[in-house]
Amino acid sequence: MFKSIKIRTAITILLCLAALVYLAPSLTSDLPETWKKYLPTDRIHLGLDLQGGMHLVLEVETAKAVESTLERTANDLKENLMENRVRFKLHERTKEKNVTFEFPDTASREAFDKILANQYPDLEVASSQAVDGRGMASLKIKDKRAAEIKKMAVEQSLETIRNRVDQFGISEPEIIPQGVDRIIVQLPGVKDTTRAKNLIGRTALLEFKLVDEEHSLDEALKGNVPEGSVVVNESRMDRTSGRRSEIPLLLKNRTLMTGEVLESAKVQIGDRFGEPHVSLKFNAQGAKDFDRITGENVKKRLAIVLDGVIHSAPVIQERISGGQAQITGSFTMEEATDLAIVLRAGALPAPVIILEERTVGPSLGQDSIDKGTWASIIAGILVLLFMIIYYRLTGVVSDVALAMNMLLLLGVMVAFKATLTLPGIAGIALTIGMAVDANVLINERIREELRLGKTPRAAIEAGYTKAFLTIFDSNVTTLVAALFLFGFGTGPVKGFAVTLTIGIVVSMFTAIFVTRIIFDHFVWNRKIARISI
Amino acid sequence: MEIIKTETHYNFIRMMKPAVILSLAVIIIGIASLIWHRGPNYGIDFAGGTLIQIKFQNETPTDKIRAAFKSIGFEGSVIQNYGPKEVIVRTAESGTDAKGLTSRVDEALGAAFGKRAYEVRRVEMVGPKVGRDLTRKAILAIIFSWIGILIYVGVRFEFRYALGGIIALVHDVLVTITFLSLFDKEFDLNIVAALLTIIGYSINDTIVIFDRIRENARKNTRQSLNDVINASVNQTLSRTILTSLTVFMVLVVLFFFGGAVIHDFTFALLVGTIAGVYSTVFIASPIVLLFEKIKPTGLKRKK
Repeated sequence: MFKSIKIRTAITILLCLAALVYLAPSLTSDLPETWKKYLPTDRIHLGLDLQGGMHLVLEVETAKAVESTLERTANDLKENLMENRVRFKLHERTKEKNVTFEFPDTASREAFDKILANQYPDLEVASSQAVDGRGMASLKIKDKRAAEIKKMAVEQSLETIRNRVDQFGISEPEIIPQGVDRIIVQLPGVKDTTRAKNLIGRTALLEFKLVDEEHSLDEALKGNVPEGSVVVNESRMDRTSGRRSEIPLLLKNRTLMTGEVLESAKVQIGDRFGEPHVSLKFNAQGAKDFDRITGENVKKRLAIVLDGVIHSAPVIQERISGGQAQITGSFTMEEATDLAIVLRAGALPAPVIILEERTVGPSLGQDSIDKGTWASIIAGILVLLFMIIYYRLTGVVSDVALAMNMLLLLGVMVAFKATLTLPGIAGIALTIGMAVDANVLINERIREELRLGKTPRAAIEAGYTKAFLTIFDSNVTTLVAALFLFGFGTGPVKGFAVTLTIGIVVSMFTAIFVTRIIFDHFVWNRKIARISI
Repeated sequence: MEIIKTETHYNFIRMMKPAVILSLAVIIIGIASLIWHRGPNYGIDFAGGTLIQIKFQNETPTDKIRAAFKSIGFEGSVIQNYGPKEVIVRTAESGTDAKGLTSRVDEALGAAFGKRAYEVRRVEMVGPKVGRDLTRKAILAIIFSWIGILIYVGVRFEFRYALGGIIALVHDVLVTITFLSLFDKEFDLNIVAALLTIIGYSINDTIVIFDRIRENARKNTRQSLNDVINASVNQTLSRTILTSLTVFMVLVVLFFFGGAVIHDFTFALLVGTIAGVYSTVFIASPIVLLFEKIKPTGLKRKK
């Protein structure tokens, strides 16, 4: 490779210096200002298992997004058909989640087909059949469009969750998509995990619906829900006991407005009880709609429904212009803050479910760091001592290589922004054990060559040459395993694979390249009769 | 210092038969143990479920905790002591709704002991869907690492060497699983990481010997493969023992001082390293010879 000892020494020193520069910020917090200006300031990145925090895997229920699109489009189509005086009957949705229309004669069917083809490019007839001379048509969203909706739902969820987390104020959150419909959320250092989960997992679909006051609630509760209405629970909190109770209400099915028209939402403190509530401000379209809706329904009750639960259902006293509204519902301050956040960030296009959760408290993380570090140090010292006892001076050379190995390994980890996890610390310790292997191979070879009666210089030459291929082949196979470990792993395990991989590569460098420099230095410059090995 | 003074001349080929029998016996015991335990003791990573680690301010007996869990229907969960004043609670349930299980546990504990008496230090919840995914991924990772190594060794050496190496690796994994099952250790992601590490470590060992066999076979074409293998294993013996010793030393330290979280992980590695050295010396190389007997290579060699 490089014949000159000077050049090789320079390369080694430069690499060590670079590693030190990268490591310095992790070792001390008060670096001089000039350092902060020109040199790296990243600290070694700790995994959630070491610094504490929450790891979530969410699944976006994309099928529900398609369903709700179908429902909305079908409702639109229904009104369109009525306007065009087409005769039809709408069936309840079947198990296949299609919407079925029934037509009394062929003329209506033809009119329907025409409207469908011209105005509803997303819909298609999944199946049509004739029952007793009546035409039936099942509608579904076109497959291509459905795939688009699903993809959009994931993208939008990602964006919404990102917004919510940003507003919640967590430093260095990681929100990344995984696979087709999953989202990984990593929140380092989060303390109130229940609150965080609530904030992320909530759909936050805000709807305004009228209370159905024409029909009897008791009848509906018995199972005779009138067409076009639905029973929804209202959540109320008793002011004195603080207990929540749910009271059913009969609502009109039709959604008059949704949270989409919100411009902002913020927490305000009420005048009367000093209770927090969330005040809403609509955008221009929303203000116009709200003005019309309240104007048309004075003296009726308007329910504010959030994720299928009524928060309040006040009577509209007069037309409300100006685009302002409030959600009251006896919140705690925290609940009101979070509600405002999710409303501002917008609703999730589809519900999400938590598939996996891993939370580590900060104290456990610190315990792990302490124990892992101590175990690694003890293990390291043992190996260093062992090498000196076994190989004497040559052992010292190996130990120098080992120390450099640690330095470079940690430096590379910081430079590549790799994450250190608890199994990762174990990986470092294991690297110490395995890194000496290359030196053992070389040293044993040199011993063998010396036994054959070679001079120290020739023995070293032969030892390195012969051991090189062995070291290379054996380490590459280990790398193969480490790479699969990396591909398989999540979080901590991945951290282990990273340290192991870097450890193997670095150990090949220090064990072969660095120790050779030391040997060459002694053997070339002085006539040495025997080696201490 | 030297552990092995000069060149040794152990006949490892002759030890092959008893070694294989011993290995098979261990693996059969492992299979029996797996049947006895009704399959591996899957942790929540694979089986799905929830694990909660709680540290109490004061000594809190598990039956008191169990009583506290009664209100949320959790009295059937496994409560395990985990160091002083610390317990681990496991249930098969996995709450998929946002509020979920953790807050219910929190409420139950808070009501029974007061909010300040305890600290939830770790929560791991894995839904059944993720559990299935992880299981599939774990099995694939192990099998693909075998295939990857098979290809690399096959290209760099010869196919029969690759086969010998892989059989040794399968052996190591099976032996490790045997001991995990015998000691009723839990199979989780860390164990899979340990298995993959064992694969990486053991093949490393094996390659060193293969390399020597290759070198010696080229040097002495007149020697029988039997003798070449024997000589090679002997020549590398001190290195094999030495390296294993340093790795073993590190693992023992990690096992005793590394903390409870990586305890089972290091246990698996300890077993795996021993199995790895054993299979390197007694299984991998003789198998190369076995394949030579079945299908001799073109090299002219005295039989």
